[in-house]
Amino acid sequence: MPILTKEAAQALLKKVLAYSKADECEVSIYSGDSGNVRYARNEVSTSGANSKSMLVVSSAFGKKLGTATINEFDDASLEKVVRRAEELARLAPENPEYMPILGPQQYGEASGGYNKDTAAIDPAFRADAVAKSLTITKQNKLVAAGFLENSVASSAMMNSKGLFAYNSSTEINFSITVRSEDGTGSGYASKAYNDVSKLDVSKDTSIASQKATGSKGAKAIEPGKYTVILEPAAAIVLIEQLIGSMDARSAEEGRSFLSKAGGKTKLGEKLMDDQVTIYSDPWHPDMPTSCYNNDGRPQEKITWIEKGTVKNMYYSRYWAQKDNVKAIPSPDAFIMEGGTASLEDLIKSTEKGILVTRLWYIRPVDPQTLLFTGLTRDGTFYIENGVIKHPVKNFRFNESPVIMLNNVEALGRPERAVSGESNQSAILPPMKLRDFTFTSLSDAI
Amino acid sequence: MKRKDFIQLSAMGLGALVLPNLPAFGTPVDPSRFLNDGIDVKLKKQLADVALNTARSKGATYADVRIGRYLNQFVVTREARVQNIANAESFGVGIRVIANGCWGFAATNTVTKEAIAKAAERAVAVAKANSRVTTTPVQLAPQKGYGEVSWKTPIVQSAFTIPVKDKVDLLLNVNSIAMKGGANFVNSAILAINEQKYFASTDGSYIDQDIHRLFPTFTVTKIDRASGKFETRKSLSSPVGMGYEYLTPTADNKVGGIVTRYKDRYDMLEDVKNATADVDQKLKAKSVEPGKYDLVLDPSHLWLTIHESVAHPTELDRVLGYEANYAGTSFLTLDKWKSRNFQFGSKLVNVVADKLQPGSLGAVGYDDEGVQCGQWDLIKDGVLVNYQAIRDQAHIIGLDHSQGCCYAQSWADVQFQRMPNVSLQPGKEKLSVDDMIKNVEKGIYIIGDGSFSIDQQRYNFQFGGQTFYEIKDGKIAGMLKDVAYQANTQEFWNSCTAIADKSDYRLGGAFNDGKGQPGQSNAVSHGSSTTRFNGVNVINTARKI
Repeated sequence: MPILTKEAAQALLKKVLAYSKADECEVSIYSGDSGNVRYARNEVSTSGANSKSMLVVSSAFGKKLGTATINEFDDASLEKVVRRAEELARLAPENPEYMPILGPQQYGEASGGYNKDTAAIDPAFRADAVAKSLTITKQNKLVAAGFLENSVASSAMMNSKGLFAYNSSTEINFSITVRSEDGTGSGYASKAYNDVSKLDVSKDTSIASQKATGSKGAKAIEPGKYTVILEPAAAIVLIEQLIGSMDARSAEEGRSFLSKAGGKTKLGEKLMDDQVTIYSDPWHPDMPTSCYNNDGRPQEKITWIEKGTVKNMYYSRYWAQKDNVKAIPSPDAFIMEGGTASLEDLIKSTEKGILVTRLWYIRPVDPQTLLFTGLTRDGTFYIENGVIKHPVKNFRFNESPVIMLNNVEALGRPERAVSGESNQSAILPPMKLRDFTFTSLSDAI
Repeated sequence: MKRKDFIQLSAMGLGALVLPNLPAFGTPVDPSRFLNDGIDVKLKKQLADVALNTARSKGATYADVRIGRYLNQFVVTREARVQNIANAESFGVGIRVIANGCWGFAATNTVTKEAIAKAAERAVAVAKANSRVTTTPVQLAPQKGYGEVSWKTPIVQSAFTIPVKDKVDLLLNVNSIAMKGGANFVNSAILAINEQKYFASTDGSYIDQDIHRLFPTFTVTKIDRASGKFETRKSLSSPVGMGYEYLTPTADNKVGGIVTRYKDRYDMLEDVKNATADVDQKLKAKSVEPGKYDLVLDPSHLWLTIHESVAHPTELDRVLGYEANYAGTSFLTLDKWKSRNFQFGSKLVNVVADKLQPGSLGAVGYDDEGVQCGQWDLIKDGVLVNYQAIRDQAHIIGLDHSQGCCYAQSWADVQFQRMPNVSLQPGKEKLSVDDMIKNVEKGIYIIGDGSFSIDQQRYNFQFGGQTFYEIKDGKIAGMLKDVAYQANTQEFWNSCTAIADKSDYRLGGAFNDGKGQPGQSNAVSHGSSTTRFNGVNVINTARKI
């Protein structure tokens, strides 16, 4: 099935809803197409293509909910899936936290995440991109491993109270690790865009190649507390954990970094440096995301941290009703404000510090303090008197994004980065932070 | 599933438990549908032949096809409430080919002869497109066809035949015990999985397999309202390659000691009672003094250390660089293996790769490229002797056959090298855990798995746990908290000084071993007996925000 336009999705969902006999019914359609190519050892390894579409029907009788899905779209199949959802609803136990479906919502303009050139990418485009990348690594006697994935998708939802929402989007996601032939150097670059014209595979491959060459002969320095400059691709993996932990219910239940003694929360408290402001905005031109979330709530521009103070937490509709507050949904992506300095400027202004390209294998150690552990990887360098002196061996860290964002020295110019852990994008600056806690050395290259 | 969802679930106290959201894993169905057998094996053979014949006619020199029906059921509860009952089915066909010396893959969830022929054609087209940028053709280890064969996980009772109500009743009972014991929150779940996989290849194999897995689990949370501190304790169950019989324990399945642990069968009601008591102790426990300790590691904990530090670095695809951009490479480079004297661990350390072990998650008759499964040594008397390989890698380590380590998480994903069960062999001398602890002057006894992280070449790792007991002069001296140990893999395994005998041997494991781009999950078990490691660096993880 091709990617549905707004009009086609609306017509299809209307038809499905007409079959409903339930008290409440909500229907969603997803249609997507993706392709990928993977390469390693300077050769293509595996690749694939995937088309999928799915219609999801949720029917409720009172507080009993049933959900069924189907990927066939003839009239008989559409009726069948509605009947199946209704049968499952009748069999289901009552959900005391069931919330009545929403009425029509105001969503603002489409966020512009769809790009027709990205939607048109084919296997030949992907093979050409790999060829460009390999030309650089082969010329430099380096070894590349990379992954290029493109996708186009549309989603829409409609319900028996008249709500209708639609979004379409495209994305291209590229990452590359370049290693020296003897395995003593390794460099990394990653990018994600909605618009393929912004992707420059050769430039990213060159950056990763320079880091691979530059990281040969790394010296060991003692673990401990250091001033660090985290590139956006390094910082994102910790800050996404912070944003992912801002659920109001967990905080109020007492099991989150935002919990306080006596069942209170840290909402409204200043936990981080004045320079830290983090928000979400579905209409950000460099990272448009959906204007609605999966239960139909509008996604709006929301400030989560303002000048270091916790401004908002996100809520399920049930929990928001219980608290009698606005049910702000969790964001699809976040934007952290910064300054105007380039990464080079941050390096120049550093007397002693460590430049980090990438952080890896991030795992929670203590949810109470949001302490995470992980390691540096693919390009870690020692800075002295404003210049990169030499590569250093990788470190393990144990650090909390809350503590780290309280120790901000300077923020650079924000850019879109993609998490090597979750594959999700965010916009954030390179950041200079003092007292970042490295706890041991790693021999890994 | 989105990372975001996972993080939110983690924040709810479910720990490492990954609960897939429904549509990604299949179509919601009525559970009665689980009791039908799916399409007839004769029809599967006809459909498979369409794929193989089409691929060949389009120019493939090799083709395999997997017709998969994946059933899963998740029953998820918290306190007195059912959060979710998800019954899902995913059915489709994945076709892999070699054309012009290059791999190609395509999948479809329309299981008709026409759609399968089209997917086969698409797979060949992808292979041909990629061959433009390929210089080294794929070289497959020879594999004989087995004709029409079948294999089934040896289960006593399929979890899918147990009414959902019984599972809900069990979990709500578990939750009630925790709440009566003073817990503030308890999350519990039962996950059941059935992979019905039909594999056929141009080598002449037609393999029908029926694979079952089960995972019951819970997390108990208690909050000290006065201080605002909270602690959790996860179940000491393990995901298993078994039916519902895993939840019918007898006295023989219980391992006594500081807390009851379980072998082959699991008593969820007893464990939740113990967990609730453990959380009280955790809240009051002494914060660990950082330094060097002798560690005594229970199998419920050690499985994860084996997984990360032994099983992953012996994956041949990492060693060769195929995972360099994501999961990483390996410090166990080919020169170390070729030397035949690389001392990975002390002489006590014997590690075996195994795809047959009953009750394990990795047990299958044949892998996902039609190779009959077996068992082999990875580490022998401490020395690295072998890796884990599939057909297109076997020649690189001088093998004339694959070791049967190929797996895809579903019909829609391309199969690649995944780890078999990798287990530490028990000590050959008779040794009980009590006798092991008697000889420890300053140590920590760790039970259950917790936080885990390791670098991309598998040198430097850090592990937490569920409960930590201080050992002083050969005796348990109370509970500790804020414990994590950091080590270098080779130094750690060379510090192994004692392994309990086979009477203590137990399996642990995971449903969600991740690798590949796009990422895929693999289910795998790791066995061991309680093992001692001397002089390991322990850090204190307590911080203030």
